[in-house]
Amino acid sequence: MDNSLRGVTRRHLLASAAALPILAATADGRTISGNLPWSPFAGAPPRPVNPLGWYFFTPVEAATVEAIVERLIPADQLSPSGKECGCAIFIDRQLAGAFGQASRLYTKGPFRQGLPTQGYQGDLAPAGRYRLGLQALNEYTNTTYKKDFRALSAEQQDEVLAGMDGSKIKLNLKPGFSTKEFFELVLQNTMEGFFADPLYGGNKNMAGWKMIGFPGARYDYRDHIDKRNVPYPRGPVSIYGMEG
Amino acid sequence: MARVLPKRDAVIIGLGWTGSILAQQLTDAGLNVVALERGPWRDTATDFNIAYMQDELRYAIRKDLFLKPSVEAMTMRNNAGQTALPMRDYGSFLPGDGVGGAGVHWNGQTWRFWDSDFSIKTHLTQRYGAAKIKGLQLQDWGVTWDEIEHSFDQYEYICGTSGKAGNIKGQIQPGGNPFESPRSRDYPNPPLRMPYASTLFAEKMRELGHHPFPLPSSNLSRAYVNPLGIRMGECTFCGFCERFACGNYSKASAQTTILPVLMKKPNFELRTDSEVLKVNLTQDGKMARSVTFLDAQGVEYEQPADVVAVCAYALMNVRMMLLSKIGTQYDPVSGKGTVGRNYCYQTSAGARLMFDDKHFNPFIGAGALGQTIDDFQGDGFDHSKLDFVGGAGISCTVSNGRPISNRPTVPGSPRWGAKWKQATVDGYQNSMGFGSQGSSYPVRENYLDLDPTYTDRHGRPLLRITFDFPDNDVRMSHYMSEQLEKLTKPFNAKYTAVARLQKGWNSVPYQSTHNTGGAIMGTDPTTSAVNKYLQSWDVPNVFVVGASAFAHNAGMNPTGTVGALAYWAAEAITTKYIKSPGALVPA
Repeated sequence: MDNSLRGVTRRHLLASAAALPILAATADGRTISGNLPWSPFAGAPPRPVNPLGWYFFTPVEAATVEAIVERLIPADQLSPSGKECGCAIFIDRQLAGAFGQASRLYTKGPFRQGLPTQGYQGDLAPAGRYRLGLQALNEYTNTTYKKDFRALSAEQQDEVLAGMDGSKIKLNLKPGFSTKEFFELVLQNTMEGFFADPLYGGNKNMAGWKMIGFPGARYDYRDHIDKRNVPYPRGPVSIYGMEG
Repeated sequence: MARVLPKRDAVIIGLGWTGSILAQQLTDAGLNVVALERGPWRDTATDFNIAYMQDELRYAIRKDLFLKPSVEAMTMRNNAGQTALPMRDYGSFLPGDGVGGAGVHWNGQTWRFWDSDFSIKTHLTQRYGAAKIKGLQLQDWGVTWDEIEHSFDQYEYICGTSGKAGNIKGQIQPGGNPFESPRSRDYPNPPLRMPYASTLFAEKMRELGHHPFPLPSSNLSRAYVNPLGIRMGECTFCGFCERFACGNYSKASAQTTILPVLMKKPNFELRTDSEVLKVNLTQDGKMARSVTFLDAQGVEYEQPADVVAVCAYALMNVRMMLLSKIGTQYDPVSGKGTVGRNYCYQTSAGARLMFDDKHFNPFIGAGALGQTIDDFQGDGFDHSKLDFVGGAGISCTVSNGRPISNRPTVPGSPRWGAKWKQATVDGYQNSMGFGSQGSSYPVRENYLDLDPTYTDRHGRPLLRITFDFPDNDVRMSHYMSEQLEKLTKPFNAKYTAVARLQKGWNSVPYQSTHNTGGAIMGTDPTTSAVNKYLQSWDVPNVFVVGASAFAHNAGMNPTGTVGALAYWAAEAITTKYIKSPGALVPA
């Protein structure tokens, strides 16, 4: 077969892709010789999340996380709140996917208590850490305040979060997974939700980017590189072409 | 039983920077070459799509292009008294994955180590006496500057490196780096245009009497056709460089500089999704006869070849040698053995400045965009009254303003809540930084071996890293922090913070993917794993190519020297070895 694609329609190409000698996917793996391989639609574009409903959280968990992200990123003149920006939706979708299952990480045992320089050594993936952590958080607030976390006043919620952040509160978790580690996980994921591209469910209307003046997925700043001490004039764009 | 494939002239393990360079040069010399790559095929138009490459979450945070620890992890400890545990996620450094390797997501900072690096022991002993380097396992690399300079030149012209020469054949060039070793000619492309922060840095450094110059960059300043006829594009300062692949053909990588030519050659074959398990030796252990690999279905193959080039990431090269029993494991107690010896890293510190009246647009950046001073680099300054050897490049680079991870605030600011929001808004546009990237010198107790407990998905032991910052390097870094303090003064910033290195290397926060050594080159088979041509002393038809060969790490990014060593080793194979196979240097 002629390797030139001139005069070949896309349908023709797709129909004959299996016969392409340059890209033979055989039982012995992918062997490439004699040409620079190319096939249509080979890349993996990101898929925007469906913003409706919960994929991982139970209703109680979802309400708890919404209450947390509302305090980590409260609404003010700078931006809407973390909840309004979709941070809880973002975290839910992340936990329902590869991140939640730690599917790319090294998860073989034995599991041993590590040193701080050795990083997280627990046996729970992020999904399991949220499940345990949110339950333990509500147990703690029910013991201390006789209420679920979401039913506390904003001041009480801040008090609990600051206690977790400062290691002054110890939730009933498990060895190798501290309250501080749970707080750090939630804080990191909340910030991801606030500042990641909106296609992942957070950063609604690019509110996080607008707050700081990050122009998002623009790809060419050659017209501004030489300018000294001059703010960039254009607002953000998202990967799926939203402009703000 | 492994299926035995037809014999090749050469088999290459890993198709990243060094594997692509060797494959290109060996096939040009007429050899029939097969490359085995553990990861997938990846190319610019399909996998590094300009329509969705600007995705911080996917690529920088979830590390979509990097090696998955589930495929290969490593264990770490700071000293032999601790129990090494697996880094369950890579943090401090991020090895690459797939075709192009770490060369896909590097920054493009393209340095040449100095002549005094290649002969470091001789140089420092002559200048300061042997007592000065006592306790350090510094040794000469075996190759000299005059021998290898043309290999640096070859790599820079393949990459289209943008920069300004500082020393052409001994003549100091205004505007370049006056401390660099003499080069035969200028860079192929002029320096990149500079952003505000780097321009300001250069002005202040000049006022202080230092010698700023544009950081040599393989992010291209203009459209360029390299010596293989491959066309590259002008960098657009998109701010998605390190941790990302370039969607714009503006950052040098195997994909943008070599593969379009290499892949079309009839005497080259690439097998992706093919993980090499070991190099098989003859019964007497003196020659390699083949490599064993698994394909994606888990089927085992044996690929016989006359030459085996180990071209994986530096750390994986060392593991491959240990798993294949090529050479002898280094023992930190006796100091004997060579494989795993002289593992080094990078020793850094940084300064951050915040202003009321400046607006930096940090998102307008590129991986190798900035200005550097080498006034405190290597042995470019007098150490006779100092309590350390080594040095650091000090650079103001503007690589990105990606907001999930790059939101500087005044230290001590809240990390959440309303006050966090205000501090973030105040800090994001008004902050600049510069940092020292310092040398890492070998000591007896820093080394690599195989972990006794943890194994990979095939049941093979993981590599174990035993490393902490040596006292010499900590003193060097603290000296650099003092210099950084002085360098911040003329900026009159509203707020200044300078970091100081702490002992106790932490594997969690990102620091540097500049892991070096473990299969070092040298003049003596009892203290080096490979000779000056990167040929195994023990198994002469095995060449081990990459930063694994560095006898120490300098205060510079390693890739320029990695590229030069790859061309140097390829030249030795094509001009010496294939004419007369055997040891190129008598043991």
